[in-house]
Formats: sequence, structure tokens, C-alpha cells
Amino acid sequence: MYGTGLAKGLTVTLKNLVLPGRFFTVHQYPNRRIGPMGLARMAGTNVVGYSLKNPGRAIKAVLGLVSVEDRDPRHPRFRGQEFNFYEQRCTGCASCAKYCPLGIIKIVTNRSGEAMQEGEKYGLEVFDIDIGRCMFCGLCVEACPYDALHMGSTFEEGDYRRRGLVIGIDRLRDAPKRPSTWFRPQFEARGYDPGSGEELPWQDAGRHEKPTTGEQSERWARR
Amino acid sequence: MAYPIAAVAMAFLVINAMVMTTALYTWFERRMLGRFQARLGPNRWGPFGLFQPFADVLKLIAKEDIIPDTADKPAFTVAPIMLLVPMFLVFAVIPLGTDSFLGKLNIGVLFIVGVTGVSSLAIFTAGWASRNKYAMFGAMRAVAMLISYEVPMALALTGVVILAGSMSLVGIVDAQSVPYLLVQPLGFFVFMTAAAAEMSRAPFDMIEAESELGGGYVTEYAGIKFAILQLAEFMAPIATAAVATVLFLGGTRGFDPIPGPVWFVAKAFVLVFLMLWIRATWPRLRVDQIMGFAWKALLPLALVNMFVVAIELVVLQDSETGALTSLDLWIMTAVNWVIAVAAIVVMANVLGQRRLRPETPVPSPLANMTAEAD
Repeated sequence: MYGTGLAKGLTVTLKNLVLPGRFFTVHQYPNRRIGPMGLARMAGTNVVGYSLKNPGRAIKAVLGLVSVEDRDPRHPRFRGQEFNFYEQRCTGCASCAKYCPLGIIKIVTNRSGEAMQEGEKYGLEVFDIDIGRCMFCGLCVEACPYDALHMGSTFEEGDYRRRGLVIGIDRLRDAPKRPSTWFRPQFEARGYDPGSGEELPWQDAGRHEKPTTGEQSERWARR
Repeated sequence: MAYPIAAVAMAFLVINAMVMTTALYTWFERRMLGRFQARLGPNRWGPFGLFQPFADVLKLIAKEDIIPDTADKPAFTVAPIMLLVPMFLVFAVIPLGTDSFLGKLNIGVLFIVGVTGVSSLAIFTAGWASRNKYAMFGAMRAVAMLISYEVPMALALTGVVILAGSMSLVGIVDAQSVPYLLVQPLGFFVFMTAAAAEMSRAPFDMIEAESELGGGYVTEYAGIKFAILQLAEFMAPIATAAVATVLFLGGTRGFDPIPGPVWFVAKAFVLVFLMLWIRATWPRLRVDQIMGFAWKALLPLALVNMFVVAIELVVLQDSETGALTSLDLWIMTAVNWVIAVAAIVVMANVLGQRRLRPETPVPSPLANMTAEAD
């Protein structure tokens, strides 16, 4: 029967119109509409007390005119901008730069500028990631053997100039340490969620326990 | 002296009311499209984003009014106005109350058909003056399509006119003791389809065709000229809904406690919503499909409608006065619905190219590979 497909399409869109929340999870980014109950819960009181205290806002909420900020509707594995980088874990091996399919990671190292043990790590001079060309494939994160580089959990990092999108080492050092749990099962096993705002210190970021000096010398002796 | 002043004041009122209605309609359309597609739509400016059209207009007015160097400047400037004026002229003859606002024409239907025909000239002027190949493509498509769809539309209107025995919109409303939507459903179908093509709305919006032509005839327009073009484009559904309300839904007729204008607006709103729903759902037709649809499907359907109505009129009407009673109209309703469904089904099966489809699915040559591979 011709034309049934047209009618079927019309019913699909009509369902969206009538009951959008029933069929889809619509996140009202960046602001979320909120009713009087939700407002009272946010204020820590009940509905009656809230409406007595500020009646204007309660009436507006009943009419559906009040909205609150809601910028964190994301999954812990969300691959965000602003890569999360632990300098303490990085040896300067440049695996990330080698694995990057776009070649947008630039690393310049020196011979252990810090008072490190000889051969333990290089010192970093330049570590630039050109976010403007990044496709967030995460291969650099997969390649990192020491779990120093993680996907970040932030977004909304827009800029008017391309050079503002190059994340330098200072920015990576200063950024809050909230790595995404993408490709990091050890975070998920611990129940870590970057959306909670909790920062993760560099000691906890690894897949393995860091070997003690005794264990290392024993391993080297066995060679 | 009093008459010209009153006329200008009335025209001023109608034009401003129409512009405001259109502004609010753009908000409504974008908002509803959002809901249809499980989005929110504009919601940042004012309650529920209600001030969005004003922000849009201010932005467009503030923008630079660019005219391309190689454009035909007078034509480029005149084209948006040419497109907008017919929309206002349509509203001059619409009987929103018991009478029309501005012109009580006894040839209202003819006036509407003639005046809306100007829009194809305006679109062609805009496309030609832009000196842009995409604009030109859009303009050529517009001319081909609008002229094709004028024919079934005029034939659908003929059905209404011979049934009402009048070309005046007031007379047509008076004659509809039964809404003509019920009496000639086929005519309504043809009229709404052709009107959607006339105002280049989905699923017939290949004149603008954002994905193919980058906007068609509006490609080179910017600033306030673009605003006027958009205004005309968004006013077209409202004008069409108003005309269809008068011709097919009985205009201001309704139950008593609710006044006539409210009935009119409610009916027009339902039609606007219907067009919006279709726009949100159906994809765009191809160029050849659109032209074929006009000449192969709509034209025969419109002719069937016209002939059936004419024959029924000859059989049923009172031989002395030529008047039709409500009972006659109800008889016609019963007959015409059967004919409408039958005609549409037959037309769909003739045009549907069922023969071209393979009857049984052809088995893949790789279907038996697995046994051999093992």
C-alpha cells in the first residue's frame, strides 16, 4: 500500500512532539529547566517553605520559566579537551608524538634537567598539543607506557585564534587533574568519576604499582 | 478625504499585524521543529525564547547590506519587495470577520491566484539579478515548478468556485453550510499540495534546497534584504493557511458562543501546524519527481475533482434557482470521499512503478559460499 511510509514517518515525529522525554534522553545543555520541587531540593527545604520564602521564583518555576546551569551531563569516559598530563610520570619517551596520526604533538626534551637518576627520564622543555587539529582518537593515550597522558574531561574550550588552541606545557601542568576514564580501566575499577570534581594525584594514576628501588635493583641484577 | 486616510490606516494596521504574526510564527516554527526532532529550539532570549525573532531581525538590520559587484542592482533591490507585496495583497481580501478588511472584491479567488503568481517573477528576478549560478539554478527551478503547480491549484480552486457559484471569498464562506473540506476532499488535497509547492516549502523546497544550491535565489542576499525575503517566505504558510481556511474550512463559520475571528484563527492554526508537521517529517523530492508529480498526479486528480463536482452539481441542484441544500452537500460528501480515496489509490499504483521492483529477492551469489569454504 503506497503512502503508509509517509504516515509512519508522521507518527514518529508526532511522538517526538508529544512525549520527547519518553523516548529520548534530552539533556538541556547548558541550562536545565527546573520545577518548584527541584528548586526546593536545591535550596535544601521543602516546597511550602521555599514558596513562602521567595514566592516570585516559585510561581515562575510552576510556569516553567526557571532554569539552572547544568553543564555536567557527561559520561566518565567522555574524551574531553585539555589533555590530562602528569609530568611526574612522564619520561619524555615521545611515544605519544610517534603514535599521533596527525603529528600534532611536539616534544623537545633535554638530558634530565632535574636531579633525576641517570637514565630514569628526560627533562621536558616543550610539550605542545595542537587541539585545533586533534580528532580525539586517543591513540596517544593508548600509547603512553607510563600512564602519564590521559584524555581530559573538560570541554567548551573554544577560542578565536588557532594559536590559542595549542596547549603548552605550562597549561598542562597547571590544569586541574581530572582525567577521563577512557582507556584507563584502573580508574573505573576504583570508581573514579571526573565529573565529581575530585582531583586524582599522580601516584594513583598508574596501571601498576611503582617498583621500589630494591625491586628494581633486584630485577637489574637478574639480567 | 476621509476614505483615503481610513484606507491607509487600515492597510498600516493589517501590514503590521501580519509582520508581527509572521515574526511570532518564525519562533513557533523553529520551536516546534525542535520538538519534532527531539531538540529544544530557540530558548535563550525571553521566556521560552519568545524574543528570538526580534533578536534575529535586529541582527539582520545591523548587518552590512551587500550587493555583489556584478549584480543587476535595481533588480536586486526590487526583488525582495516584489516577493513580499503579494503576501500582503492576499490578506487584503481575506474575510477575517463577516467582511473583508480592505477590498470586498467579487473576484477574490481570481485576485489571489493572480497576485500570488507574481512571486514566481520575483523569485526569478532575485535569482537573475544575483549573477550567481546557484541563485540562477534556484530561479530556473522556481519558474518551472511554480508555473507547473499553478495549473492543478487553479483547477482545485475551480471546483470550489463552481460549487459555491461565486468568486467572492465572502460568498464562498456564505455558501459553505458544509465545509468544502468534506465536500471535496480531493480538491483540498490537491490545493494543499500545490500550495506547498507554490510557497516552496518541504517536501517541495528544491527552489532553496540548502543541501544542493546553498539557498537558491537567496544565496547572494544579506542584511535587511535577506530579512525581507525570509519574512515573505515565512508569511507564505500563514497566507496559504488563511486562503485554505476560507475556501475549504468555512472561514469564520462555527458554533455560536465563540466569535467568528477566533474560529478563523483556530482553523488557520491547524493548517499551519499540518504544514509544519509535514515539513518536519518528509524529505525533499528530486527535481524530476516534483515536475512529474505536478503533471502526472496532481493535474489528473484536480481534473477528476472538477468534473465530479460539476456533474454532481448538474444532477443535484435545483433546476429553477440553481441552489444547493445542505442535504445535497452531504450526498456529495459521501460520493466524493469514495471517489477521492479510489482516485488517490489508483494514481499511486499507476505512478508507483511497482512493475520495476523485483518480485522475489535475488539470492546473493555468496549465499552458498560457507559450505564450500569449510
